[in-house]
Amino acid sequence: MHADPRGVLTGVHFLDGDHACCEGTLAAGARFAAGYPITPSTEVVERFASRIPLVGGVFIQMEDELAASIAIQGAVWGGAKAFTVTSGPGFSLMMEHIGYAAITETPCVFVNVQRGGPSTGLPTLPAQADMMQAKWGSHGDYGVIALCPNSPQECFDLTITGFNLAEEFRVPVMMMLDECVGHMTEKVVIPPAGEIEVSPRRYTQKPPAEFRPFEPGDNLVPEMVKAGDGYRFHVTGLTHDERGYPSMNVAAQDRLVRRLVDKLKPFANGRALCDTADLEDAEVVVVSYGITSRVAQRAIELARKRGIRAGKFRIISAWPFPGQHIASLAGRVKAFVVPELNLGQMVHEVERAAAGRAKVIPVTHAGGTVHDPEMILKAIVEAAQ
Amino acid sequence: MSEQLLEVPCEIPEGSFNPVEPFLRTERIPHIWCPGCGIGTTVNCFTRALISSGADLDKVAIVSGIGCTGRVAGYARLDSFHTTHGRAIPFATGLKLANPQLQVVVYSGDGDLFAIGGNHFIHAARRNMDIKVICVNNLTYAMTGGQTAPTTPSHVISATAPYGVFEPSFNLVQLADACGASYVARWTTFHVKQLARSMEEVLKKKGFGFIEIVSPCPTLYQRRNKMGDGLDTMKYYKQASKVRNGASTSECALTRSGEIVVGKFVDRERPDYYDLLQAQMQETLGDRYAEPEVGCAEC
Repeated sequence: MHADPRGVLTGVHFLDGDHACCEGTLAAGARFAAGYPITPSTEVVERFASRIPLVGGVFIQMEDELAASIAIQGAVWGGAKAFTVTSGPGFSLMMEHIGYAAITETPCVFVNVQRGGPSTGLPTLPAQADMMQAKWGSHGDYGVIALCPNSPQECFDLTITGFNLAEEFRVPVMMMLDECVGHMTEKVVIPPAGEIEVSPRRYTQKPPAEFRPFEPGDNLVPEMVKAGDGYRFHVTGLTHDERGYPSMNVAAQDRLVRRLVDKLKPFANGRALCDTADLEDAEVVVVSYGITSRVAQRAIELARKRGIRAGKFRIISAWPFPGQHIASLAGRVKAFVVPELNLGQMVHEVERAAAGRAKVIPVTHAGGTVHDPEMILKAIVEAAQ
Repeated sequence: MSEQLLEVPCEIPEGSFNPVEPFLRTERIPHIWCPGCGIGTTVNCFTRALISSGADLDKVAIVSGIGCTGRVAGYARLDSFHTTHGRAIPFATGLKLANPQLQVVVYSGDGDLFAIGGNHFIHAARRNMDIKVICVNNLTYAMTGGQTAPTTPSHVISATAPYGVFEPSFNLVQLADACGASYVARWTTFHVKQLARSMEEVLKKKGFGFIEIVSPCPTLYQRRNKMGDGLDTMKYYKQASKVRNGASTSECALTRSGEIVVGKFVDRERPDYYDLLQAQMQETLGDRYAEPEVGCAEC
């Protein structure tokens, strides 16, 4: 299905990542947003608040992030596509409802423009230190999708992808921006609505008497319903059976929780999003994402000039982690260099996938600015030796 | 009260059924509530209010938080949402704004709505969000074993106040009134007729409506405080309740064993959130304003 033209600002624009992300939500069909102000993410909903009355939808500024992250889920069950936006401290508060979205299989999008932490940390400066939180932050086992744009153009494009994936898999999708990507201004091309693919919600065609709201299809994903259509369905954050009714037993728990994780396997294995270059002859592969991938690009170019066969593996979909891709490289490269604006998070996933068949070298940074390309270059040089 | 035996027909005529049955997920009965608990009584009143209000049940959604009363959503044969602890109101806010045709009812307990969810309550009332909040106030956290709630009166013994509660408690109707609710009433589970009528009234009232229902928890509140069982509590409610419609909510605080002021305290006209939103956008944007569409994920 193509995008609704009312939400699509077709043309060539000069936008920052936050604003481009907002345009992505509108193009994807989001007609409800709830937010709470927090630097450096607020521009996303500020633009939404300005645009949505002209498009047809609602923005509400809630009293806190707990409220914002559950209001969007009420809106989803009311029939809207919905999202919220935050940064580190607010993301911490939203963990409760990432878990709720996971167990209730509520398709929705959380935008997190990462800043330095822990706690209030560095409100105006970049970091990539919420990557593990995005996957593991709420209690219990569950699956999420996390996407890491590295430019305003990707903030637009990947936000649409994120909404589509949320509908396909019925999971919360995290848009993991960082302060640099959120605030950098670049050219953003917004295509005509007819060229934007949008996934509609997959509502059941079954009559109410035959419908079981949490009965999975072949793809392990159940069909949706919305309130007001006569299905009289039940949604709960308790472990539930296919009818949606609480079921406090070991078998129901096992069946539900395994499915919440397993339904993402097709995405993890076959459809992971990544951007690679110079891998054919690479002896050292730099694995990076978000703003750090742009710094890494410079380091790779410098290494190639020195005659080191460096390659690029840019993670776009960080969760589920594209482990098979890394594993397939691990047998034939000397080392992975993993720069991140944190003290080592995704590097653990790289290590796990490499499984000792290649060296894995973290290039850590506590955040506040981006790496100096020389730091990454130094690690590449060491790795090549 | 003089003991009196009621004549109950010993055979149920064929084809007859309890009038509240169609409103319940009978396949989920028996429910989890204890003997003497008041929550079931309130659900009975609510179903009768739904019948008498003539509501289209396909357009009624019920949202609960966590706790004993939080389980109401699961037993009501309606579109029902059992959300996280304290967050029924913001969930209901999103549901209502995305689909304004729905009649959205929040049904939850005092701990859920006024401790962990207190911030959401005051803001939804301030906004005059068009949702109806039914609070079963059993004066304690019952599901977790009878700990002190923000509503627990002074001197009461609770699981976390073994020497007696000393911190002041909320007067819920005064709080709702002060925050701007359009409709505020309080009843006890003794006042079933009045409660059902009040629920019918609030369902028909636009804006943020609030009904507090004082309700017994024989297992974890009454027993610990040697207040007897469910029937003893009914006798207390009958004897101590004073109907004062229109009373100043500041004079309606609850105490351990004192007077319970019941009645309708607030019934006022205020534009609700959606009316205000539309009026503001029409004023500033004129013809450029695009009204929100219901169920936009289909388009």
